Amino acid sequence: MLRDITLGQYYQTDSILHKMDPRVKLGGTLLYIISLFFFQNFLGYAVAALFLAVVIRLSRVPFRFMVKGMKAIVFLLLITVVFNLFLTPGTPLITFWRLTITEEGLRLAVSMAIRLTLLIIGSSVMTLTTTPNNLTDGLEKMMRPLRVFKVPVHEVAMMMSIALRFIPILLEETDKIMKAQIARGADFESGNLIRRAKAMVPLLVPLFISAFRRANDLAMAMEARCYRGGEGRTKMKPLIYQRRDFIAYGCIAVYLAVSIVLGRLPL
Amino acid sequence: MSIVLEHVNYIYGEDTPLALRALNDICLTIPDGQFVGVIGHTGSGKSTLMQHLNGLIKATEGHIYFNGEDIYQKDYDMKKLRSKVGLVFQYPEHQLFEIDVFTDVCFGPKNLGLDKEEVKRRATDALKKVGLGEEFFYQSPFELSGGQKRRAAIAGVLAMQPQVLILDEPTAGLDPRGRDDILKQIKQLQTQTGMTILLVSHSMEDVAEYVDRIIVMNKGSVMFDDVPKKVFQHYKELEEVGLAAPQVTYIMHALKEKGLDVDVNATTIHEAAEEILRALKG
Amino acid sequence: MGIIEARDVVYEYVRRDEEGNVEGVTKAVNDVSLDIKQGDFIAILGHNGSGKSTLAKHMNAILNPTEGTIWVDGMDTNEEENVWNIRQTAGMVFQNPDNQIIGQVVEEDVGFGPENMGVPTKEIWERVEESLKAVGMYQFRKHSPNKLSGGQKQRVSIAGVLAMHPKCIVLDEPTAMLDPSGRKEVIRAVRGLNQVEGVTVVLITHYMEEIIHADRVFVMDQGKIAMEGTPREIFSQVEKLKSLRLDVPQVTLLAYELKKQGIPLPDGILTTDELIRALGLE
Repeated sequence: MLRDITLGQYYQTDSILHKMDPRVKLGGTLLYIISLFFFQNFLGYAVAALFLAVVIRLSRVPFRFMVKGMKAIVFLLLITVVFNLFLTPGTPLITFWRLTITEEGLRLAVSMAIRLTLLIIGSSVMTLTTTPNNLTDGLEKMMRPLRVFKVPVHEVAMMMSIALRFIPILLEETDKIMKAQIARGADFESGNLIRRAKAMVPLLVPLFISAFRRANDLAMAMEARCYRGGEGRTKMKPLIYQRRDFIAYGCIAVYLAVSIVLGRLPL
Repeated sequence: MSIVLEHVNYIYGEDTPLALRALNDICLTIPDGQFVGVIGHTGSGKSTLMQHLNGLIKATEGHIYFNGEDIYQKDYDMKKLRSKVGLVFQYPEHQLFEIDVFTDVCFGPKNLGLDKEEVKRRATDALKKVGLGEEFFYQSPFELSGGQKRRAAIAGVLAMQPQVLILDEPTAGLDPRGRDDILKQIKQLQTQTGMTILLVSHSMEDVAEYVDRIIVMNKGSVMFDDVPKKVFQHYKELEEVGLAAPQVTYIMHALKEKGLDVDVNATTIHEAAEEILRALKG
Repeated sequence: MGIIEARDVVYEYVRRDEEGNVEGVTKAVNDVSLDIKQGDFIAILGHNGSGKSTLAKHMNAILNPTEGTIWVDGMDTNEEENVWNIRQTAGMVFQNPDNQIIGQVVEEDVGFGPENMGVPTKEIWERVEESLKAVGMYQFRKHSPNKLSGGQKQRVSIAGVLAMHPKCIVLDEPTAMLDPSGRKEVIRAVRGLNQVEGVTVVLITHYMEEIIHADRVFVMDQGKIAMEGTPREIFSQVEKLKSLRLDVPQVTLLAYELKKQGIPLPDGILTTDELIRALGLE
C-alpha cells in the first residue's frame, strides 16, 4: 500500500557511494540527467546505461530495490511510449485502422522509454544512498550563496528535513485512522466524486489535528534542546570534500565527455 | 454463533524482500458472550490478529468463520461484518472528528443506513453505556478530558450495536483510576448485554480480574490459551518472552517457597489475602 | 538552594468560549513550593490533569509562572536572558517518543542539542558516543528512529538531552505511551544516569512501580502538592492515594489488606522480600 513507495527512500548499507559528499551526488545526478537529453544515437544511451550499472554496483543497493521503485511509474512510461509511437509524424512503418506507427515515432518512443528509465533509476540511486538529512545538508550548502538575497536557506533545509522525517509517521497514521473509520462503517471507495470527497472528512480532520499536535510537540522539543535558528550552530557532520569526492567529480566529467561525444556521432 | 479461526497465516509485505510472517497458523474458537484477554507485547501479532476478525486485514492463508459463515467467501458482506464485530483501536480518541460528541457517535450507525430516529436512539444508548451523561452530548469532543474522550470514542463503536467488541489497549495512557473505571465499565457491558469482548493488552495484571480466558500471543503464534489461573502457572515461560504474570503470582510463589502453605493460583489481591490468612491460621 | 527551587508558583490559564470571551481562569499549578537537591531522584506523581506536566514545563522555562518564582541552578526562569542556560542545565524529555526526535538517524538526533549550543564538531561526536553508551543505544547509532521500539526511541531522546551535559533531567511522563518492557528499559536507563552519572532526575509519572527507587516523591492534585515524602511514607497511605485517583503496587496493597484483617505488619511494604520478612518467614 502506501508504504511500498521506494522512490526517495534511503537504503542503509556501507558503500563508497554512501560515504560520498551529497553535493557530488546532487551535482552528478543533475549532470547525468542533462546528459541524457544530448544523445542522438543509441550508443550514447549504452554508455549512460553502462555508467549507471557501474554506479549501482558501487552503491551495493540490490538492483531489485530500484526496480521496485519503477513500478510506480510504469503507467507514466506506457503513456509516453504510446503517445510518441502514434503521434509522431514521419515515414509510415505500419498502419492499421486509423493508427500509424512511423519510423521516427518508433525511434522517439524507444529513446524516450530508455531516457525515462535511466533518469528514474539514476535519481533513485542518489536518494537510496543519501540520507534525507545529508541531502538537505548538501542542498543547504549548495544554496548558501542565495543567503545574500535574504533567502532563509537554513530554515528551508530544516523544514525539508523535518517534513521528510514525519512522512512515514503520518503515512502510518493515515492508514490507522482510515482503518478505524472503516471499522465504523465509513466507505472511502464507492460513490461519486462529491460523495467520496465528503467521505474524506472523517479521515482528514483527525489527520490534521494530529499533525498540528505533533508540530506543536516538536516545536516544544526543539526549543527545549536550545534550537534557535541557524545562527551560532555548529555541525556534527560538516560537509568537507574528501579525495574520493574529487575523484568522483573527475569520473563524472569523463563520463560526460565520452557519452556526449559518442552520443552525438552521426550513426 | 461464534468466531472460528482455522489455520490463519498472515505474511506482511508478501513478495517483497522485507516479507514478515506476522501470524503463524492461528486456530481459535471464540464462543458467544466470552470475555477474552489477548495478551502479548508490541509486535507479537495481537493487533494484526484482531484486525483480521473484522476483515480489515485479509489472511494470506486460512479461514475465518463468523456465525458459521466463511468471511472470505465470494459476496460476503464485509460492511455487515464490521457492524457486527466492532473494533476500538488504540488511542481511539484520535479518530474523533465531529463538532460534538453526539454527532460523532452517530457516525457509525448512520453509515449502517439506519433511519434518523434509530441512529439517535442508538447513540444515546451507547453514550449511556459508557457512562457519559447528557451534559456531554453537545460538547466538542476535543474539550473533554482524556478519559472522557476515550469513552466517547468507544461509544462511537458501541452505537453500531456489535455482537463482538474488540478493544485494543483501551487503558493506554490513562491514570490508575481511569484505567480501573474503563475496565469496570467494559465488564459491566459484558454482563449486561452478553456481548463477546476481546480485550487486547500487554498487561496481565490489568485483565486478570476481569476476563474468563487469556490468549497469550508471542511471535505471531498462540503461546497459551486458557483460563487466567492456568496461564499464570506458566509464569516462568511468560517471563522468558518478556511478559509478566501479575505481581500477586510472584508473591504467592515466593511465600510458598519460604514454607507458607498457600495456593499459588490466587490471582487477585483479595484471593491472595484470604489464602495467606488461611495458611497463617492453619 | 538546590538545583531546582520553586517558591509559591502559580500558573493560570484563561478559558475562553467560542466568541473569545473569558469563561474563567484555571489554576493548573496552584501555590507550589519545592526544593530539589543536586543528585536526587525525584518523582512527581499525579493523575491526568493534576498539573504535574504543567509544573514540569516550568523547570525548563517552556512555561513561565503567573505568580511566584522558579530558580534553576540559581537562575530565575522569568528572566529572558537566562532561558538558554536554563535549558542546558535542565534538559527535558517528553511523553510522545515520535514527536521529539528530530534527526533521521539516531546519532544525528543525539547531536542536535550540542549543534544548537555551538559545540565544536569533534566534541559533538564524543558527546554523542558517550550519551548513546550511557543509555545502551550505541549499537543503534546508525539506525533510523522509525524502526526502533518505543522504549528505544525514548532512550534516544534521553541521550539527546544527556549530550547537552545537563545537571538535571526532567522527564514528563516518558513511559506513558510504552509497553511494560519499554517502561522497564527507560526506567533502568534513568536510574543509571542518576546513580552512575550523578544527574539529578525529576520523573513525572502515574505508574507506581517507577517511583519505588526515588529519593523523594511529590504527589500532585488540583495543581497543589497533596503529599510529599519517601516512597515508603507515600505508599503507607493507601486510602489517601486511592482518593487521589492513584494506586499502590500490588504487594503494598496485599500487605495493607492483610493488616486490615489483623495481621501485624508495618505500613508501606514495597517489595515481596519485605513482605516475607515482615511475615517472619525467613
